[in-house]
Amino acid sequence: MAKITFVAHDGTRHEVEAKTGQNLMETAVSNGVPGIDADCGGACACATCHVFITPDWTDTTGAPSDMEVSMLDFAENVQPTSRLACQIEVTDKHDGLTVKMPEAQH
Amino acid sequence: MADTAALWAHRDIPDPWTLSLETFDVSRPEIYEANLHGEYFRRLRAEAPVHYCPESQFGGFWSITKFHDIVAIDTDHRRFSSHRDIVIGDAPDNFETPMFIAMDQPKHDVQRKTVQPAVAPTQLSELEDLIRRRVGAILDGLPVGEEIDWVELVSKELTTQMLATLFDFPFEDRHLLPYWSDITTTSETVGVDVDMDERARILHDCLAYFTRLWHERAAQPRKMDFISLFAHGEDTRDMVKNPMELLGNLMLLIVGGNDTTRNSISAGVVELNRNPGEFAKLKADPGLIPNMVSEIIRYQTPLGHMRRTALEDVDFQGHTIRKGDKVVMWYVSGNRDDEVISDPDEFLIDRERARHHLSFGFGIHRCMGNRVGEMQLRILWEEILKRFDRIELVGEPKRILSNFVMGYETVPVIVHPKAGSC
Repeated sequence: MAKITFVAHDGTRHEVEAKTGQNLMETAVSNGVPGIDADCGGACACATCHVFITPDWTDTTGAPSDMEVSMLDFAENVQPTSRLACQIEVTDKHDGLTVKMPEAQH
Repeated sequence: MADTAALWAHRDIPDPWTLSLETFDVSRPEIYEANLHGEYFRRLRAEAPVHYCPESQFGGFWSITKFHDIVAIDTDHRRFSSHRDIVIGDAPDNFETPMFIAMDQPKHDVQRKTVQPAVAPTQLSELEDLIRRRVGAILDGLPVGEEIDWVELVSKELTTQMLATLFDFPFEDRHLLPYWSDITTTSETVGVDVDMDERARILHDCLAYFTRLWHERAAQPRKMDFISLFAHGEDTRDMVKNPMELLGNLMLLIVGGNDTTRNSISAGVVELNRNPGEFAKLKADPGLIPNMVSEIIRYQTPLGHMRRTALEDVDFQGHTIRKGDKVVMWYVSGNRDDEVISDPDEFLIDRERARHHLSFGFGIHRCMGNRVGEMQLRILWEEILKRFDRIELVGEPKRILSNFVMGYETVPVIVHPKAGSC
């Protein structure tokens, strides 16, 4: 079990429990966290689950794949900490992780 | 699952459930013109979701018809190439027009990224007021109480104005844009029998016009229109020296920025007439508009397919797709796959997860202008509801002959203003 905090662009915080085996996108969607569209349903194919990982945590989330890097081109305001939430599988080491969300996915 | 043989009896198009799967051919454009493709794909999804048609006017081709299989092919750009051709028919050798939708990495990425800022969200939010004013002017200018063609007066006009803005194209000549768009999509490569030499001649006129604009823009500071962005792009500024590649990219941006949204605008009126309960929901709650926009785009699927070419032998769902084979992803079928979309044949404006559709494609070739299209549709319906009680369909819409463009030639309507608002 890992507790994840999604921080919306306006500062609203959503603290949720991730279930084992879920990725970050599914964690947000299944807990009703607004601001993650996930048009493609988690196939790394639409870039509408764009999030920013808190810099202290980037070593737990690994590096994006080539496909993810390609798809991030579709997102706006991409930063070095940008990731697609569907590509990060949540494990116990993410307990306490905070991710920020962009103003919009579209 | 055709209800009765009688449904098909009077048509030239055979009942798909009576045909042999060995020779089953969904590429015939008249199936789409007659709006009978749904039943053809229902059979393929049920009995042969990955299907090989050995012989057609486009040669042999694979059909991919289920949602998840389409996503798998669309995201496997290393094995399924977009190089040269992205519709079912091959472009003629004497008129090859490279364009970034029909390129692989890395060149595709470079060219797309160069022009993408023109349709980025921040850029679009600056255009919203302008679009709203234009929509208002178009709607306020419609003749009331008499039969009009919604396609000509609204769908085409609005999308043409938008496209003229995205190109910063001379506004008084904007009618050339849908003209060139229709010339581009009216092609043997999607099953329409036309004089391809005449088509090429007209598209050379298009190239000449834009070449002039290109040189003007190159001499001015960079700004946020497609031509200026290309002309100032580090990796694209020499494109003007490769005229066929410039023309290819123009054809891509003109069709992508015009035809697709045009047909979604037309489809919205058609479907809300065919589904009066949904129109009642919309009037009761205009907050449904953004969700309805996604549902319109799913339901219509303005581009029925995209095609890839296998770069190697691939085992896929128990079939061996051979290197060089054509692989057609039928978005128009995947958007009716009931394993992913519940009640897919129903048009439901309050559908859950309405954004989860295939119409924009998935992966690196996903539609670059999806936000522009959605924004135009959203603003249009917001402004329609302010002004009109209803837009009444008064005749049978005429569909386009094509296996690629799913759209309407004409949609005859009468607009009825709200009481006291004319």
